[in-house]
Amino acid sequence: MLERWMQLLILALSLALMCSAAQGITVWDDRQQAVVLAKPAQRIVSLLPSLTETVCALGQCAKLVGVDRYSNWPDSVKSLPRMGGGIDPNIESIVAQKPDLVLLAGSTRGIERLQSLGITVLSLEPRTHSDVKRAVLTIAQALGLTPTEGERVWREIDTGVETAVQSLSAQARLQRVYLEVSPTPYGASESSFMGETLLRMGVRNILPAALGPFPQINPEWVVRAQPDVILAGDSSRQSLLKRPGWAQLRAVQQDRICVFSQDQSDVVMRAGPRMAEGARWIAQCLNRTARGTP
Amino acid sequence: MNLRWSALSWSLALLLLGLLGVLGGTAVGSQGVEMWWLGSPDPVVQHIIWDIRLPRSLGAWLGGALLGLAGAVAQGLFRNPLADPYLLGSASGASLGVSLYVSLLGGSVMAVGWLPRLGMTGAAFGGAVLAVMVTLFLARGVQQTVRLLLAGVVVGVVLGALASLVALMSPQVMQAMQGFLLGSTAFIGWSACALMALALGVCLSGSWALSRVLDALTLGESTAQSLGVPLPQARLLLVGFLSLATGAAVAQMGLIAFVGLAAPHAVRSLVRCTHAGVLVLSAWMGAALLLMADVLARSLMAPQEMPVGVLTAILGGAYLLWRMNRIGAGRS
Repeated sequence: MLERWMQLLILALSLALMCSAAQGITVWDDRQQAVVLAKPAQRIVSLLPSLTETVCALGQCAKLVGVDRYSNWPDSVKSLPRMGGGIDPNIESIVAQKPDLVLLAGSTRGIERLQSLGITVLSLEPRTHSDVKRAVLTIAQALGLTPTEGERVWREIDTGVETAVQSLSAQARLQRVYLEVSPTPYGASESSFMGETLLRMGVRNILPAALGPFPQINPEWVVRAQPDVILAGDSSRQSLLKRPGWAQLRAVQQDRICVFSQDQSDVVMRAGPRMAEGARWIAQCLNRTARGTP
Repeated sequence: MNLRWSALSWSLALLLLGLLGVLGGTAVGSQGVEMWWLGSPDPVVQHIIWDIRLPRSLGAWLGGALLGLAGAVAQGLFRNPLADPYLLGSASGASLGVSLYVSLLGGSVMAVGWLPRLGMTGAAFGGAVLAVMVTLFLARGVQQTVRLLLAGVVVGVVLGALASLVALMSPQVMQAMQGFLLGSTAFIGWSACALMALALGVCLSGSWALSRVLDALTLGESTAQSLGVPLPQARLLLVGFLSLATGAAVAQMGLIAFVGLAAPHAVRSLVRCTHAGVLVLSAWMGAALLLMADVLARSLMAPQEMPVGVLTAILGGAYLLWRMNRIGAGRS
């Protein structure tokens, strides 16, 4: 009789354990911290545009209740309450939205403050292709989606990048490029996600991986490296040609420069689900500049 | 007697202003001015009031008090109305200390736990002491006003540049440091409040006890010495309080300009009293100033928020310019 009771008790205990394990979600973030959610996130605040886009790419845009001031895609997020930016997140606005998950970059100010206020924080800062993949899968998991759904979205992105890579002409692949992220100037090296896209295209980058993903460079480096093509964001438009010695660059004289518009720059510079579209813009540019060569 | 009474009544008035500011601060937030705190049962509202608005309002008061006190000590100690934590380079030193600490630990600037905060205050304190020492060394003492100010400017610029260099070397810290340079009270929690209250208690009581030294110093160094004041030790202690006050405030809020400079000036324009009074009143004045600026910064562009450091720089600069012109007009 006692044995029967013990068996029942063990059964009940293991059932309870299984239930609690099934309900709770544990994901790992960039700081190697386990983030535990009691149930799939329903009210999400995102403080990084690429993470906002990732949530929407997973078809869960409706669960966003607030975004940072730079998130602008898809259009539906433009009407959401704004919660400041990475340097000045508005702690009070965030808390007032009662989020059950806040997505942000590791460098965001006030992470610990948010945590001490009892907010669940998931820090992800994609810089490479594998980072983007991890962000997609992690967010999918936090949203309570099945792993296959996350995998499917990632495969779509990856296939899109591959299509862009294949669209590059053989001539275009022979070029050496410099990709500028911001006019300070910061460039994208081989170890950044754009750099990885360029590597897959077989295009050479004047900034080696050893410099880190987004190194700040001396403008002289570019003059010495003489890239065949210069790609830059909209923010560099004004200053690019005014830098000493840059007017004599081969790429400048042969008009092999692509300055992306503001919208295109957002797409090219964000390590998120629109990476494939960014790769297409890059491929289009490189095909054009390659045709221009005699 | 009359003097003491006016100092006392001003002290009470400023404290009352601070209290009103803290209470008012709990009503001003991301949505502008709201009176929803009057008995709202919503737990989120309670959470926002008790754990966000109250500690940050109190923190702004405490931080302003620390900066005002530091300014008063510096101006008395160096017998120079222009001396302030910034002009002596101690704020730059504090930010260098913080940037080194952050890049070495790789942590976020606004850590909330006890230990990291203490470590950060310690780093800021160390940097501030270092900067003031270097400034005093370069100026060969405090006798020559111009030398002192020039040395302070040099040390401030060089240490500030070094802090930027440290931030540049570790890109992860870059954004955090940028935020740090924009002083803000938005990230102050209860633990930060406790730490600043502790620092304020130590610095205020310590420098108050030494206020006689500052009084004697106004008669000149040799006169002070002939009055039997243990000048070297007292000076060292006062530099210590000055650095601790600056370091504690800078570590919790980032750089906030002009409060330390303007508070003692405002006090002296209101009331004439001994240094004991100036020190205490400057603390209360700095507290009230920063708190009011903070409440203003929260509500000006709500729901966006202006970093309070930007606002104090604009308001403090305008105030000092006005004072300067008035003094100039009075002379001519």
